This record gives sequence, structure tokens and C-alpha cells, in this order.
Amino acid sequence: MTRTTRALQCSATLVAAGLLLTACGSSGGSGGSSGQNAQSTSFTGRGPITYVAGKDTTGTIQTIIDRWNKLHPKEKVTFIQLPTDADSQRQQMIQNAETKSDAYTVLSLDVVWTSEFAAHQWIDRLPDNAFPLQNMLKPVVETAKYRGGLYAVPGSSDGGLLYYRSDLLKKAGITSPPATWSEMTADCAKVKKLPEAKDMSCYAGQFQKYEGLTVNFSEAVNSAGGVVTDASGKPDVDTPQAKKGLDFLVDSFKDGTIPKEAITYQEEDGRQAFQSGKLVFLRNWPYVYALAQKSPIGGKFAVAPLPGLNGTGSSSLGGHNLALSSFAKNKATALDFMKFFSSEESASYFLKNASLAPPYTNLYDDASLDKQYPYLPVLKESILHAVPRPRVVQYGDVTSAIEKEAYAALSGSKSSSQALKDLQADLQKLTAQ
Amino acid sequence: MLTIVVIYPTLMALNESLYGPKGLDPKTGFISNTEPFVGLKNYTDIFTQAGDRFWNAFWNTTLFTVVTVLLETVIGVAMALIMHKAFRGRAVVRASILVPWAIPTAISGLLWRWIFNADGIANVLVGQQVLWTADGFAAKIAVIIADVWKTAPFIGLLVLAGLQVIPKEVYEAARIDGASALRQFWHITLPLVKPALLVAVLFRCLDALRMFDLPYILIGAQKNSVETLSMLAQNEASNVRFGPASAYAVLLFLYVFLIALAFVRLLGADLVGDGGVRSGRERRTGRRGAVALRRAEVTA
Repeated sequence: MTRTTRALQCSATLVAAGLLLTACGSSGGSGGSSGQNAQSTSFTGRGPITYVAGKDTTGTIQTIIDRWNKLHPKEKVTFIQLPTDADSQRQQMIQNAETKSDAYTVLSLDVVWTSEFAAHQWIDRLPDNAFPLQNMLKPVVETAKYRGGLYAVPGSSDGGLLYYRSDLLKKAGITSPPATWSEMTADCAKVKKLPEAKDMSCYAGQFQKYEGLTVNFSEAVNSAGGVVTDASGKPDVDTPQAKKGLDFLVDSFKDGTIPKEAITYQEEDGRQAFQSGKLVFLRNWPYVYALAQKSPIGGKFAVAPLPGLNGTGSSSLGGHNLALSSFAKNKATALDFMKFFSSEESASYFLKNASLAPPYTNLYDDASLDKQYPYLPVLKESILHAVPRPRVVQYGDVTSAIEKEAYAALSGSKSSSQALKDLQADLQKLTAQ
Repeated sequence: MLTIVVIYPTLMALNESLYGPKGLDPKTGFISNTEPFVGLKNYTDIFTQAGDRFWNAFWNTTLFTVVTVLLETVIGVAMALIMHKAFRGRAVVRASILVPWAIPTAISGLLWRWIFNADGIANVLVGQQVLWTADGFAAKIAVIIADVWKTAPFIGLLVLAGLQVIPKEVYEAARIDGASALRQFWHITLPLVKPALLVAVLFRCLDALRMFDLPYILIGAQKNSVETLSMLAQNEASNVRFGPASAYAVLLFLYVFLIALAFVRLLGADLVGDGGVRSGRERRTGRRGAVALRRAEVTA
């Protein structure tokens, strides 16, 4: 073999080796026993720690941390900012855990990751009495638990809202927002008779094949009285109720209630469409409120709880929880910091300055806050009716199975009953271990 | 050095690919600490349970490689011929052709996602609503268009470097003999530029086989219509299944390796013909020439 051949092979090897490195870089540290046991965790050690979360676009997190640092000069908290998208946050946290690094102390976990992180023993079980959980909304507290044990403390919550064009509804003679899907389509038909609404579409949510579809699919199923996984975590999605929920979305796509292009919508696409006056109704998160208020439709819209089959629907729960890395040092400091960071004062600060939905019940009932944030009472309704997404260890696989089948049904490549049947089989396999 | 950067990670990946994912203990609810040794199961699985997804990713990877490299070669050669011609405003044309190659893939992914939006400029031009970023055939086309746009200039650059070393006398002789432009291209330009072109095509093939960022950003993760082998491996790893992830990465490694080998054996006769050292150096100078050229354009 000539030298060139070898040189070329080497370059090929390099290219591929680079890939292997990136694909498997984090595999080195696996194996071996951590010896961590939830019950025996002792929260000892004081000193500097870190707080790890996605990029802080509002600057509020740093403010709260500065406040802590001023009070605790010997137990300084350093804020480590991860990328904005949830997938890379999760990946970096997993890499940190797989290498048993003590670089991360307090983690800001998406609510759906709690089970996975707890089952891998990447985070410590927390003492139940350390936090004022009784003052928090119950569905929110549930997201912080795994098999009955508390593994995190709610930091912020989130629930879906139905945004609607109050000006157009009023013009069409409709006084209150729709509570059911059929009311929504009927209202829409009336609105579309108005000359200015002739070219509008009726409704949209997030239907692109990504996490948002899992959220919207679960909401449809739950709002029709079905479940994706039952109370004990077993999948039970091949039911007539679930079919009614999925059929609402499938039929809406077919008859044009949902515009065809909504199959590519993520949160922002839907917001743009609603703001530019293409939609009468939109399902989205509270963050849209402030932005839409500043858009051309500012003052012309309002929010309501999500509609369902026979009454108010059920939102999927969003939000973030604080958890403590099992491999961290200075856990006594960490626990104190978690108490401080998740306190009602902090939550109220985050609500006022970053419009993050607080986990505390009180804050929703505060009349002065309600005046400033008119969506708060509706958001509380939404969170109280909310259903967490499946709380399973292999959440990543479960959500992609849901996305795959829901997408197949919405794009018409599978009947809704076949999609649910296949989904049930997939989920059974994933939760069977 | 080679041991650390090539052999060690390759062996590590091979070793890792023999282990399965960690299991969940139903009693405690905790994942076990050790990965079970499963032998070749991760590999045999691609003929059974994991097969659909693997072969889909395999064919996507192959399709993207074949189609994009073919298109890029044709367009790249055309670009090189244009850049080589002496005309007014050549510097501007050269610089603008190089712009796509200078933009990071992640950024061009975002750029094209905006173009292929449901209300984007692509649909305005096409005159109807094509849902490019939905999971379907249009997504494949979108990835191919974006990739060709981005990397055809790379082939253009290398070919241009090749063109510039062809002596002018050869063309003068051809003109005197009365050869048409097409004949000159076919019988002079192409054979003389072949070594540089082959290197460019080989580099693009190896690059396209491990395509990851463009489909990932433009269309999204886990879209069957555009999922490549790298995306599949990444997805398995991100779901904490390092064993299967390594197995896919090893298979991709072998695939890339075989293509490179086949390339050298079948097409690389010229490269190998007059001594390995020469062509290795030539490739390097070719790239250096291209870089120098780009620098010259920037300063111009």
C-alpha cells in the first residue's frame, strides 16, 4: 500500500474519530458505584457553590444571586449559564453527572426531567420538610417527586392559555370566551362572517414534531377525559377518550380549523401568526402576553383557560425545578440557597421582573398583581387543571414516541386509532422494565 | 500522537459498543450503576428491532452524500470556471461566491430555516405553500438545497486552485488546432484539473457522510425524512444509551472508511500514480493556495 493511500485513510479515520469522540465523549465515566443513597444523604459542608441554568435573558437570576452573595460572603454562589435550548442544557447536566464532576451544585431542571435524574441518582433526595410545599400549587409540587420522594423544589411553573381576539369575538356578538372545542369552532364560524376576519384561520397550537407536540397532544387527550399514562405511571392511551382528543386535532387539520402550515409551528411561529392577525385563537404559554401586548393586536386580545371536549380543558405543566447534584460539595450551603432561591419573595421578584409563573398560591390571589398581570387568575386556573406530562425515567424516548405517532396522525399518514394503538404498544415497551 | 487522537478513541468506542444500556431496578426505582455486557447485540439489533431507524438513517446519509456531492461538483466546477475568467468585477464575483462557505453551518441552517418558513421567501418564489420544514420529502430537498448552497464554493475553490496551474500555452495550442470551447474543456481543462477535483470530491464525500448540523438545525432532531447516521448516534447518546450510540458511530466510521478506501482504489489512480508524497503535498498546497486566494480576495 502506498503512502498516499495511508495518508488518505488516516484523514478518513480522523474525520470519523472526531465523530466518535463527540458521539461517545461522555461514555468514559460510566460504571462504578456512586454509593449514594437517598436516605443517607447528609447535607453538610459550607462554602462556595454553583447554580446551573439556561441562559438568563432577563438578568433577574443574577440579581437574586447577588442578593444572596451579599448576605453570605463566605458561601458565594456562581451562576453557570448554559445554552437556551433545553436539549443542550439536559445534555450538559448529564455529562456533568456521568463524569461525577462537582462543578455543578444546584441544577435548574425542566419539570419533565425529574424522574430521569432521580432514577439515575444524579440528584439527591431532599428532606420533605425543608420547603413550604403546602403553600404551593399541588400539580406543581407533584412534578418535583419521584416514586413519592421529593427530589427537587418547584422554582417556576407554566401553563397553557387560550389567547383569543376579544375585539373580533365582541364584534360577532360573543360575550364570553369558548369553554369547549365545539363552542370554539362555532365562535370561529361567526367571527369569520365578519369582513375583517375573512382570511383568518381559526386555531393553532404547537404541532411541529418536537417537545411542543407532546405538550399539545397530551393536552388534547387530557382535555377529552383521557390519559397518556395513568396515576401509577402505566400507559393507557388506546382509549375512546384519547381518540376523541386526538380526533379534535386531526379533524381540525382536515377541515381547515387549524391551518395546514401549523404542522410546522413552534411557539414563536404561532405567536407571529396570531400577532399578524392570521388566527382567531391560539394556544400558547404566558410569555406571549407581554409580547403580544406590544404588537399591532395589543389591547385586542384576551386569555382564557384552554377549552376541552365537555368543559374547561387540561393544560400540560411547564416550568423548572431546583435540584441538588449528588456529586456536589457544600451541600448545607446548597440547601440553604435552594430555600432562598425558591422562597415566595424570590418567586414574586421573578413574577414581577421576568413574568415567570410562581409556584405559590398566594401570589395568584394578590389583587394588585392581578391588576398588573391580567392573565394571572386564568393562569392559576390553567395550572390547577394541569396534568404533568408522563413522569417516566426514559422521558426522552417516551416523548419521541408520542411525537412520532401524533405527527403521523396529524399529517394523515396514519388513522388516529392506529396511531394510538401503536403509541400504546411503544409506551408499554418503554415503561416495561 | 496518532495513538491518542485516533486509535484510543476508536478502541474506546468499539469497546463501549459492546455494552447495553443500564437497566432500571423495579424495586428501588433506581438505574443500575453498571452497563451490562451484551457482546454484538447492538450490531445484530440493526437487523431486527432497531433496523427501521438505522436503515432509514443509512439511506438518508447515502442519498444526501450522493446527491449533494454530484450537484456540488457540477456547480463548483462552473463557479471555478467563472472565477477563473478575466472580466470586470471579478473580485466581487469571487468574493460573493465564497460568502456561503464562510458562514458557519449552524448559522446557515438558521438562515435557511427562515427562508423555508411556511411564509418564507422560498414559498413566495415557488408560488405555492410547500411545508419544507415538516417531516416529509420536501425536507430532504430543503437540506440538499442548503447544503449545495453552502459547500459548492468549497469545490469551486479547490478546482480554481487547480485551474490556475494549467499553463496558458496548452489552450493557445488548442485554439490554433481549432478546438471548440467544449472540446477544450473536455480534453484539456477536465483532465488537468482532475487531481484537484478528485481531492475536492473525496473531502466533500467524507464531510457529507457525517452530516449532522444542517439537518439538525434546519429541520430538527428525530425527523425520519432527514435523520442521518450522526444524528441517530447523537440521539442515542443523549438518551443515555452510549452502547448503541457507539455501535452506530462505529458503523458510520466503517462506512466512511470504506468509501475513502474505494475512492482511492477506483478513482485515485492518478493520485497514487506518481508517488504518494507528491499528491499528499499537492493536496496541501491546493488548500493553502485556496486559502491564500481567499485572503487575496479579502484584501482586494
